[in-house]
Amino acid sequence: MARIIVVTSGKGGVGKTTTAASIAMGLAQKGHRTAVIDFDVGLRNLDLLMGCERRVVYDFVNVINNEAKINQALIRDKRCNALYVLPASQTRDKDALTTDGVGRVLDELSEEFEYVVCDSPAGIERGATLAMYYADDAIVVTNPEISSVRDSDRMLGILSSKSRRAENNEDPIKEHLLLTRYSPERVNLGDMLSVDDVQEILSLNLLGVIPESKSVLNASNAGAPIIMDQESDAGQAYMDVVCRYLGEDVPHRFIELQKKGLLGRLFGG
Amino acid sequence: MSAKSRKQSNQSSVIELRADSFTLPVLKLSTTAIGAIIEQLNEKVDQAPEFFRNAPLVLDIFLIADDDPPIKLESLVNKIQAVDLTPVGIRGGSQSLNDVAQSIGLAVLSESRPAQKAIEKETQDTSESVKQEQKQEQGLATEVGSSAMIITQPVRSGQRIYAKNCDLVILATVSAGAELIADGNIHIYGTLRGRALAGVGGNTDSRIFCQDLQAELVSISGQYQISEGIDDSLQGKPVQVYLSDDSLLIDDL
Repeated sequence: MARIIVVTSGKGGVGKTTTAASIAMGLAQKGHRTAVIDFDVGLRNLDLLMGCERRVVYDFVNVINNEAKINQALIRDKRCNALYVLPASQTRDKDALTTDGVGRVLDELSEEFEYVVCDSPAGIERGATLAMYYADDAIVVTNPEISSVRDSDRMLGILSSKSRRAENNEDPIKEHLLLTRYSPERVNLGDMLSVDDVQEILSLNLLGVIPESKSVLNASNAGAPIIMDQESDAGQAYMDVVCRYLGEDVPHRFIELQKKGLLGRLFGG
Repeated sequence: MSAKSRKQSNQSSVIELRADSFTLPVLKLSTTAIGAIIEQLNEKVDQAPEFFRNAPLVLDIFLIADDDPPIKLESLVNKIQAVDLTPVGIRGGSQSLNDVAQSIGLAVLSESRPAQKAIEKETQDTSESVKQEQKQEQGLATEVGSSAMIITQPVRSGQRIYAKNCDLVILATVSAGAELIADGNIHIYGTLRGRALAGVGGNTDSRIFCQDLQAELVSISGQYQISEGIDDSLQGKPVQVYLSDDSLLIDDL
């Protein structure tokens, strides 16, 4: 049975799709058969970040409506053959998703894959609630900024009450905090919420901190998940996150301000 | 013939038959002496006449179903109707008593083993609501029970907790955007960032206690104060909120 991970946040634009793409790629690179699903019906962009936008024939809604088999819709990644992408529909909207339909697709995927990563849309409406309904793990992506923190808090409340596990009184979804777009300089200046500030409000297990990085935009343009760029700080941070998720004890990097030495200041960016 | 069937096919459905559930008071009898039954029934009705006026009533005769001579159901029902109660059904009866019930227009309702316990509880509930009815009639606030609702997980933004007829105790943080509502007191062993409304049933003696006040709004029995109106010297520390002569006061703990 696969482990179903939902990447959610409440707030839009904090880095859910970026995270879903990288975590799925990271798990697959470590040898685990992984599927990543885009739940943002009508506003799909997981396919763009994965670089497979030109190979989409069938999508998630087609499979739910039995217009296509799941194997026809899944797109195998060209770089890592343990990774498959199930894109969202661009022409329909979220009403096309049904709880039973989603459940059926996840059951089918669970037979063949070890991990199923669900990229949730922003908000707390149908797309978001369905993305997290069947989840075992939730990665709550948060920017160190007050509106993002409050929206994540709201999402945590929904995770603990509206998931299938909550409704059936099973063990609750395991919640993890992923802090993205973190800038130690701004934290030191007092402009930005620190990890401790966020933890005080959310009180969650910290899965990782991804630093603000220009390389994320480049990765998005190139259609390659940032985790593949191991020269970039964000890419390295995502690799740490995947290792930590799989149980390794990896110390948190990129939280403290890196002091640049003389050479660094002369040659560094 | 054809005219009649034409008429029927033109007529649209004027009735709808569906199932629905109702909670009904149950009068459990342990004697066949109608005089004693009516005397004690009158005492109960007098405690809260408005509550009982025209109330539908189910007669539970399980305990006396096998008594000999059997209870005179028709006479009992007439006397109950005379005190403005409406018997609608019977349960726990023997075959012969059920037949009598049906002949006088009472429904025969089913019961199961667990129903015995439910009966005890229902009578208890009725008497409790009677006491409340009584207090309200005398203009007093809702009586608050002694047990408390205890929450040990953080209360997240958007969540709403309502402690009915009791105190509310939170052993964690309350996020901004969360709402705590209680008929009794509210105790927060953590930071309060959301809203807390105590004594919503009218209990003006209710208080709010918290270890770290950063609330959006606090209210006791309708008297409220918003975050901006709370003095800076009281923010971020252990405080209690209470009413004194209709004024909302906040003091250090």
